[in-house]
Amino acid sequence: MTKKIKNLNLNFGPQHPAAHGVLRLILELDGEVVEKADPHIGLLHRGTEKLIENKTYMQAVPYFDRLDYVAPMNQEHAFALAIEKILQIDVPIRAQYIRVIFCEIGRILSHILNVTTQALDVGALTPSLWGFEERETLMTFYERASGSRLHANYFRAGGVHQDLPKGLEEDIAKFCETFPKIINDLESLLTDNRIFKQRNVDIGVVTKEDALDYSFSGVMIRGSGIPWDLRKSQPYDCYESLDFKIPVGKNGDCYDRYLCRIEEMKESVSIIKQCLAKMEKGPIKSLDGKISPPPKAEIKQSMEALIHHFKLFTEGYRVPKDEIYTAVEAPKGEFGVYLISDGSSKPYKCKIRAPGFSHLQSMDYLIKGHMLADVPAVLGSLDIVFGEVDR
Amino acid sequence: MKSLEDLEKKINSELTTKINNTEIKHNQIYIETDKEDIIDVAIFLKTNQDTKFRQLIDITVVDYPEQNQRFEVVYLFLSHEFNQRLIVKYSIAENEVIPSLTSIFPSANWMEREVFDMYGVSFKDHPDLRRILTDYGFEGYPLRKDFPLTGHSEIRYSEDQKKVISEPVKLEQNYRNFDYESPWEGTKYIKEEIENNDKKN
Repeated sequence: MTKKIKNLNLNFGPQHPAAHGVLRLILELDGEVVEKADPHIGLLHRGTEKLIENKTYMQAVPYFDRLDYVAPMNQEHAFALAIEKILQIDVPIRAQYIRVIFCEIGRILSHILNVTTQALDVGALTPSLWGFEERETLMTFYERASGSRLHANYFRAGGVHQDLPKGLEEDIAKFCETFPKIINDLESLLTDNRIFKQRNVDIGVVTKEDALDYSFSGVMIRGSGIPWDLRKSQPYDCYESLDFKIPVGKNGDCYDRYLCRIEEMKESVSIIKQCLAKMEKGPIKSLDGKISPPPKAEIKQSMEALIHHFKLFTEGYRVPKDEIYTAVEAPKGEFGVYLISDGSSKPYKCKIRAPGFSHLQSMDYLIKGHMLADVPAVLGSLDIVFGEVDR
Repeated sequence: MKSLEDLEKKINSELTTKINNTEIKHNQIYIETDKEDIIDVAIFLKTNQDTKFRQLIDITVVDYPEQNQRFEVVYLFLSHEFNQRLIVKYSIAENEVIPSLTSIFPSANWMEREVFDMYGVSFKDHPDLRRILTDYGFEGYPLRKDFPLTGHSEIRYSEDQKKVISEPVKLEQNYRNFDYESPWEGTKYIKEEIENNDKKN
């Protein structure tokens, strides 16, 4: 007698801790083997691009914090760079260093979260407890510079909103001394851990060809052995003058991507140290009164400053008709802004290219033929944050 | 190709009839083509030894409601080998169906779904053209310029019916869209004067 066996459809999420947010993943299972994965996204869709079209350039910045909310300033950076290129304004050198420092802090924030939650997904609890303590320290740096732990709204076209408060540089320098030890501690828990390796080595392998075909970027493409980092290949701000290495993986599996992230954190610490050493006193935003608001004290004295202030916070600055695509190396990969300006003070169109969107798209290709238990491991190593996938 | 100028020449000589216009600005190359030629252009860019645009970064559409050909479709390409970025564009009318790039670039799948979802542009030969970002059962195309910022319907939990219901949007106050443009800069004779001065310079 023959028995008919039907494949099982399984709903993974949207309320599932290992889905890293609101992902509804519909899995078709043959026993425990995944035959097909169909991610349903958009549960966190807020219409960011539509909202940006209806706000002035300065008012649009906070929306970028809410995309990848574990590394907010990296996104703001892409938007600021796009406007700067169209307006052709120069950013003072101190502002460039401040921006790079906070971008690298964002990278560490994101990588700590990803590495430790990936460990959590495969059964290790301790790394996340240790890692989150460090994230808290880093977020107080965010708070001291911008006034807010998460939604910083700190970068502006032409520089940053305000200078670093007294003592912050010293405290970041102190952190750079202590943090490498924490990375080593995390590594001692995970890198040679038998269970962690069993769950990650040879899981979710991406070949070089496929990494290109599926529009991978960031750690996803470097883990497969392609040395591609926008900070090196298309440097922006002061990255050209800094000395850092690009860690590259060999096998393109989840374990290699984990190793890349650990090494990148070490490089980030070295970048921050270099910036702190090179930084000098000076202006922190463009001195053009038509673009950056004047200091408060000046408003009380100067008629021109008062007019500038009023115009900037009502109409906003106008950006001449142009179109541009700018990308930065965000922690998760290439984060790009395709901006079309029409000469008014609001963007005509602002398309946001989020790295997580193309990474999650490949879920079906990555997970086919794997076991159900590998789904969280692969999902963890993709480094998905739904703020940016859904926009 | 090493420089963008060489690349521009190469593309113009290889794809003469398929290219309407090329331009280099912001260290990127912008190409205008036609709907019928996009597949050929994409294959050429991906496979040619001198271009090697192996990655499709994004697909998007820009809406110009006042134009005859309302939508401008934009493709962003990246060549790792030569470290260059290229933007391909073409215009289409509202109900035109455009070819899908999924057979050349697998990553085009979701990008085209997003374009379909946000602008209502349909793709021919797309394996799975469903909505992607908006809610199940959503109507309208949110990123079109004639779609209101507040949307058409809002969702709430109804205590009477004990379920989530969808209703037309009710606004306590109209959306305020101030016109900040300076009256003296906006007046017609001043504008003409500025334009004349620009021409003289």
